[in-house]
Amino acid sequence: MTAKVRIATTSLAGCFGCHMSFLDLDERLVKLAEVVEFDRSPITDIEHASNCDIGLIEGGVCNSENVHVLREFRKNCKILVAVGACAINGGLPALRNFIPLEECLTESYLDGIGVENPQIPSDIELPLLLDKVRPIHEVVKIDYFLPGCPPSADVFWKFLTDLLAGCQPALTYELVHYD
Amino acid sequence: MTKTLIIDGQTIPFEEGQTIMEAATVAGVYIPHLCHHEGFTPHGSCKLCTVKVNGRACTSCTFPAAEGQEVVNNSKALNDDRRKITQMLFVEGNHLCPGCEKSGNCTLQAVGYHLNMLDNHFPHFYAKRAVDSSHPDVMIDHNRCIFCTLCARASQEKDGKDVFAISGRGITKQLIVNSPSGLLKDSELDVTDAAAHICPTGAILIKRTGYQIPIGERLYDHHTIDEISFAVSGSRPSTALPPSVAVESEKD
Repeated sequence: MTAKVRIATTSLAGCFGCHMSFLDLDERLVKLAEVVEFDRSPITDIEHASNCDIGLIEGGVCNSENVHVLREFRKNCKILVAVGACAINGGLPALRNFIPLEECLTESYLDGIGVENPQIPSDIELPLLLDKVRPIHEVVKIDYFLPGCPPSADVFWKFLTDLLAGCQPALTYELVHYD
Repeated sequence: MTKTLIIDGQTIPFEEGQTIMEAATVAGVYIPHLCHHEGFTPHGSCKLCTVKVNGRACTSCTFPAAEGQEVVNNSKALNDDRRKITQMLFVEGNHLCPGCEKSGNCTLQAVGYHLNMLDNHFPHFYAKRAVDSSHPDVMIDHNRCIFCTLCARASQEKDGKDVFAISGRGITKQLIVNSPSGLLKDSELDVTDAAAHICPTGAILIKRTGYQIPIGERLYDHHTIDEISFAVSGSRPSTALPPSVAVESEKD
């Protein structure tokens, strides 16, 4: 029996909407599970990726932990895929790029309406924020891109079935959306 | 006798004085474009409509049609260039489609779809640009301006006004408004002006209309830009092949 294709997934500066859309594969997930198994993913709770065939990355890069996770995925995945608008162009989290980071923190943790015990979090356990939210292709090499907010389940299905069949993945017109 | 030229092997007629773009449009051949708009003086700045005319690169919206021209339009090399140009437009401005009310009706987005553009390739500028919401009925979001000058041309040529212009060069280029304060509210712009409705992106928007048609039911959600552009111009539907099956006749 041939070994199953290993897939790892993660959400960086994303909303998990792309993961929810992936779950919209519904009964097709059963078919998928016959040929793939999941490594690091919110689906498995495995903490670190190791020797995977495909890595699916949702979300852009907004802090130092995102950068570490992204590099871990690149190191361990033969094929790395940017999933969704945020991974591709920073998306809605990147709207903070137009406001200086200090102003963002001040508004959220010191001056904002209804803030109690105002203080900017600085625990050593917390990852440091980057000055700007970045798309993932600016940090590591990305092999494929699945646009959409989120990409529909059909996009995941077309992409994965193409790849599993050994074809060059191709998204038809109806599958390409930026919204 | 009718004069003809050849686009991707197809013989099409033209009338003296027409540009290649005009002849192609009448014949139902789609050439991707953003700054070109039927009925306005051609500008030739977006470069998306670049074709090879007898082996030489020309913007088809400005280049005159001539007898016997051999034009390459839908080739892999040209569409690769067009995709790169579109990607550059996306990273130069701030085109975040999920948060834009023009999404689905946006020509820039539709050109991206047509070219099967899946990523933005280049590093993002995240340029800090302003929003002018001073006018009671119309707003400008400079984040989405691609400097096509259609609003400036519409204001001069259709509205008989001079509300918009492009100022500066290169990366400091910006859309400016002709008013003492520089704000739209102090300009002559009226919500019924052609200039308020011509924007191909979400840079000039009519207030309180953005979500009258839900996302998913909009112009380019189910129709390709080549279908739409011929529905608008009234000529017959394009027989042009999508870029993925483009002719490979071009010699580099």
